[in-house]
Amino acid sequence: MRYLDWSVISHAWPFLWQGLQTSFLLLALAMAGGILLGTLIAVVRLSASRPLAAVAACYVNALRSIPLIMVIFWFYLLVPLFIGRPVGTFTSALIAFTLFESAYYSEIMRAGIQGISQGQMGAALATGMSRMQAYRYVVLPQALRRMTPVLLTQSVALFQDSSLVYVIGLHDFMTSVGIVANREARLIELYLFAAFVYFVICFSASRVVKRLQDRMTVA
Amino acid sequence: MQYRWNWNILFVEPYFGWLLAGVKWTLLVAGAAWIIALAIGCTIGVMRTLPSRMARAIGTAYVDLFRNVPLLLQLFLWYFVLPELLPASLGHWVKRDLAMPEYWFSVVGLGCFTAARIAEQVRAGIESVGHGQRMTAAASGLTTAQAYRYILLPLAARNVLPPFTSEALNIIKNSSLALTIGVLELTGQSRQIEANTFQGIEALTAATVLYAMLTLCVITGMRVVERQATIPGTLARG
Repeated sequence: MRYLDWSVISHAWPFLWQGLQTSFLLLALAMAGGILLGTLIAVVRLSASRPLAAVAACYVNALRSIPLIMVIFWFYLLVPLFIGRPVGTFTSALIAFTLFESAYYSEIMRAGIQGISQGQMGAALATGMSRMQAYRYVVLPQALRRMTPVLLTQSVALFQDSSLVYVIGLHDFMTSVGIVANREARLIELYLFAAFVYFVICFSASRVVKRLQDRMTVA
Repeated sequence: MQYRWNWNILFVEPYFGWLLAGVKWTLLVAGAAWIIALAIGCTIGVMRTLPSRMARAIGTAYVDLFRNVPLLLQLFLWYFVLPELLPASLGHWVKRDLAMPEYWFSVVGLGCFTAARIAEQVRAGIESVGHGQRMTAAASGLTTAQAYRYILLPLAARNVLPPFTSEALNIIKNSSLALTIGVLELTGQSRQIEANTFQGIEALTAATVLYAMLTLCVITGMRVVERQATIPGTLARG
C-alpha cells in the first residue's frame, strides 16, 4: 500500500469548495423549483378534471420509471435543440433535476393534501372561498407543514443524486473531486475525503430532520 | 438547430444488437446486485430489531454509512479505492486476473447500497407485526430464534413485499450508474449509439422505452408473488 498524502486536499481546497458551492446552488434551486412544481402537479392530480388528473399522473409515473441518469442525458441533449443554441451544463442539469424531483415531491405533497380532513376544504368553501383560495390559504399551508420532514428527507436524497451531474461534466463537488483525483493521481485520498464530506453533510441533515419529526409528533 | 430523424438506426446492426446487449447487462447487474441486497439487507434489517444492543448498533451503523454517501461515489470507492487498500497479493489479483472487474464491483457496490434500503424496509416490516406478537411468542415459550422463525418473519415477509417491489424498480434504475465505471448497460449502450451515429434522440428513446418495459415486467411479476403470498382471511386482496 502506498503512503497517503492528505496535503493534496488542502492544496485543491479552493477548487473543491467552488464545486461544493455549485452543488448547494443546484440543490437549492432544484429544491425550490421541484417543490413548487410538485405541489402544483399534486393539486392537478387531485382536481375534479379527469383528463388533467390523468396527464399529471402520466407525468409522475413516466419520470419515476426511468433512471435519473437518463433524464440528465435527455435534457442535456434536448434543451439546446429546443432553445436553438447551446446552454451550459448547469442550466440543463437544473431543468432535469427540477422536473425529475418534482415527480417525487408531488407524490409527497399528494399524500400531504390527502391527509388533511375533508372538513377543512368544506369549511373553506363554505366561507365563500374559491377552490384556488381554499388550497392557497387553508389546505396547502397545512399540507406543507405536515410534510416538511418528508420533503427534507427527499431533499437529502436530491443532494446525493446531484453528484450524478458528473456524467455531463458539470463542475459540482463530485466532478471537482474526480478532476483533482485524476490530475494528481491521488484517487484514494480524494474519494475518501469526498465520501467523508458527503457523509457528514447528509448524516447531520438527516439527524436534524429526525429531530424535527420527533418534535412534530409530540406536538 | 437542425435535427435529422432516423428511427431505422435502432433496428440495424450493430445498433440493435447493442441495445439487446444493454438490456442483458442491465439485468445481469441488477439481478446479481438484488441477490446481494436481499441477503445483506434482510440480515441487517433483522439485526436492527434484535434485543441485543450490539446487533442493533452494527445494523444502524451499516444503514447510516451506506445511506449517506452517494451511490456514484460508493461505486468509485469500490472500483478505484478498494483494490489499492487490499493486501498486495489480493489487490494484484483484482487488478490483473479478475475478469470484468467493472461488472463485479458495480454488482457489489449496488448490492451493498441497496441492502441498506432493504434493511430499513425489513425493520419496518418486522416492527409493524407488532409488539404483541413478540410478547405472545415469548410467553408461549418460544426462544427468540423460534419467535423470528415461526411468528415474526413469516408475517413480516408479507408486509415487505410492496416496498420490495419499489426497491426492485430502484435497483434496475440505479444499475444505470454502472456506466460510470465502464459497464455498457442499457444507458451506456444508448450513449454509445449516440456517439457513433449522432442520433441521440432515437437512442435515448429506445433506452427509455426499454426501461419502461422492464419496470412493467417487474411490477407484474411482483403482483403475482404478492397474490400467492396473501394470508387468507386478511384484508389484503391480490
